[in-house]
Amino acid sequence: MKNTISERVADFLKNFPPFNILEENQLQKLSYEVSIIYKENNSIIFTENEEPHEYFYVVHKGAIALAKKDTTSVLDICDEGDIFGLRPLMAKENYKLEAKAHEETILYAIPIKEFKPIALENKRVGDFLIESFASNTRNPYSIKHSGKLYGISNHTETNPENKLLDLQPVRYSTNLVTCTESTKIKMVANTMTINNVGCILVVKNELPVGIITDKDIRNKIFTGLVPIGGTAKEVMTSPVITYPRELTITQAQMAMMKSNISHLCLTEDGTPETPAVGILSKHDVMVAIGNNPAVLMRAIKRCRSTKRLRSIRHGVMNLLRGYLDENIPIRLVSKIISELNDATIKQVIKIVIKNMDTEPPVRFAWLTMGSQGRAEQLLNTDQDNAILFEDVPKNKQKETTDYFLKLGSMITKELNTIGYEYCPAEMMASNPLWCHSLSEWKEVTTHWITNPGPDEVLLSSIFFDYNVTYGDKKLTDELSKHIFASVEKHPLFLTHLAGGALQNPSPTGFFRDFLVEQDGAHKDFFDLKLRALMPLIDAARVLILSHSVKSINNTAERFEKLAELEPQNKEFYLACSYASKALLKFRTIQGLQHNDSGRFIALDKLNKEEKIKLKRTFKTIKEIQELLQVRFQIKNILG
Amino acid sequence: MRLFQKKKQKDLPTFWKDYSNQFKDKLPVNINENQFVIFDTETTGFSFDKDRILSIGALKLINKNILVKESFEVYISQTHYNADSAEIHGILKKGKKKCITEVEALEQFLSYIKNHVLVGHHVMFDVAMINQALKRNGLPKLKNQTLDTGLLYKRTLLTTSVLQKKEQYSLDDLAEKFSISKKDRHTALGDTYITVIAFLGILDKLKPKNLGDLINKQKPLKFGL
Repeated sequence: MKNTISERVADFLKNFPPFNILEENQLQKLSYEVSIIYKENNSIIFTENEEPHEYFYVVHKGAIALAKKDTTSVLDICDEGDIFGLRPLMAKENYKLEAKAHEETILYAIPIKEFKPIALENKRVGDFLIESFASNTRNPYSIKHSGKLYGISNHTETNPENKLLDLQPVRYSTNLVTCTESTKIKMVANTMTINNVGCILVVKNELPVGIITDKDIRNKIFTGLVPIGGTAKEVMTSPVITYPRELTITQAQMAMMKSNISHLCLTEDGTPETPAVGILSKHDVMVAIGNNPAVLMRAIKRCRSTKRLRSIRHGVMNLLRGYLDENIPIRLVSKIISELNDATIKQVIKIVIKNMDTEPPVRFAWLTMGSQGRAEQLLNTDQDNAILFEDVPKNKQKETTDYFLKLGSMITKELNTIGYEYCPAEMMASNPLWCHSLSEWKEVTTHWITNPGPDEVLLSSIFFDYNVTYGDKKLTDELSKHIFASVEKHPLFLTHLAGGALQNPSPTGFFRDFLVEQDGAHKDFFDLKLRALMPLIDAARVLILSHSVKSINNTAERFEKLAELEPQNKEFYLACSYASKALLKFRTIQGLQHNDSGRFIALDKLNKEEKIKLKRTFKTIKEIQELLQVRFQIKNILG
Repeated sequence: MRLFQKKKQKDLPTFWKDYSNQFKDKLPVNINENQFVIFDTETTGFSFDKDRILSIGALKLINKNILVKESFEVYISQTHYNADSAEIHGILKKGKKKCITEVEALEQFLSYIKNHVLVGHHVMFDVAMINQALKRNGLPKLKNQTLDTGLLYKRTLLTTSVLQKKEQYSLDDLAEKFSISKKDRHTALGDTYITVIAFLGILDKLKPKNLGDLINKQKPLKFGL
């Protein structure tokens, strides 16, 4: 039996083990019995010690976090195509972990009743299950099923009490970079450069006979030991130290320490007598542990696919969590995380440009706006971006705009894939209103500055925090120059901008109680962004613009600069800077705790200390608003 | 006139009476206790008099679950045929699919949908098409409540003058916004699948209190900005 939907399910499942080894009719039959389940963010699929369901689950879209109940440390994240909740069903025991939607997720629930006979009937499926249970991995075979069994995910022994970040599977070079003994050294170096790897395997009849690392080249060639025209055989370290592929991270670390090497060669049975299946580098181990920004940065820069970037982003979030747990200053944290975010977006753009049919016709710049532009985006929130490209002759205008619009939509789509939500107000480079040439942008910004209605003020307050993530900085410098010149000519704009900054609703009521949302999806929640962060952000922007200071976007840094520029208000601005850092940290912690943007706070969940901390910042907010009112004579325009 | 109507009621086939009788029961107030039938029709064109239904696809949504084997898909044998739109839908007059008559399709459809709320993208078009088919077969109109994902989607958008809203959002727009693969687009059941995933995403955003609230959300905001 089948129908259009079951075919669609089968079409998806056939890409992932063990479904890829099912017979066509088995897969069709199984797909027909599937339930499609929608889980909103943070909803629970099953919890610890719950009796097993009649189904096991495959992630179709989104991500599922597996964790011990009531802990924040996630043991594993299941992504597209991953299976979970199968073992308890086969072993007839209760669930040992809690499975929770890590984002909006669609699951395929596969009834065990239908699956079990297939597992018994099809020996290869049975073997897959035994192997995956025995090695304690989700997927003992490579995700990239290229015919060879490369790339096995490994897990360490489970000890749920620890923060087992190293429980995550290590992914290592599944594409083996190899050469033969007779390969010329220049060729070897070229191959390593092209593949961006630090080590190459020398094979003979498919068996590993030696290994060449960056170090070998340095120690043997540059010292003159081996002539530059030599061959791989002369440079390689031999014999190769090999390990079986069922290696755990801890074992890998031990092995590297023991032999003082940075690369392990994994072979089918662990001896050099069988073909190599993968190379595990120190770097791969570090990425798996995921607690080092330099390693993550390198992993991002090496990424060739957005899918892989998505899982690195999970690592970035882990890092952020660790930093906050250890109470590292928020300014440092936001610097590091912003750099990583920046690198991620850069990499996405690089990948997309590579996939375009043609190179960009002229110079352009990718601008990130809003919180990202201010380097205040610690959690994955919405994307706000724009494209600015060089002026072109009139007859090329349409063609060029079309190119950049297409580029914009592809990049926003990929950013969405790695976890940045689409901007609900469509402020994205895929929108013709946010994709312009330099002179068009000059026109648009001039219009905003000379006609400052409420919309124009809102738009400019978002746009003016732009930051160049990719491309030509000269283009944006020119635009910035233009904006400052226009603002100087129309000082009234600043009054309106300041007026806009005062439009944000107040955080507290008359009796110093929190004001919560009256209705809508977030009824009775406190809107931290709108009522506390925005007033500070908006105030910093208008004040820094009035001083014509370029290139400082971060709110806390803006206040620090203001303290420098106006020594008479130094204490006060430093208090503002402190408040904005405290609020940002507060939001980030809330967001991590609840796996959302941290914008809406349930007040009854806060403890007394947290409430006091929040209220302390409100006093500063009130004072900065008063300062704006006096300085920009807002009363005159508001009536 | 009244007498005539009464007599007509009596003459209606059993399957219609069975369908009609179910509306004596009230629908549950709680959204998750309701079953929703998401459906789509493929037609030979957009004219209610001239054009005919080629196929109907439908899925049942129960507490955010969709059972694949419970899906509904029928192809209707054609007497009237419009070459232009067959190209879009890929359903040829005598295609490989097993076809049934219009009245058989309606009978099966009514017994599938029961008194559940019908959900579709621009659902009023599909409802009108089905009603025309019912009329041709001497049957009254559908009695179900309806939800239009096109209208509901608009309510999820920001109420700000900065965002330029479109008059209408197509199913392609929704597929893009909710990152749904456009595979099987322009088959009744394929479009239904896109609609149901979009509907679930919309529910998550709107968070309606109960069924009545959800139905009311189709109306545009009275006090927009």
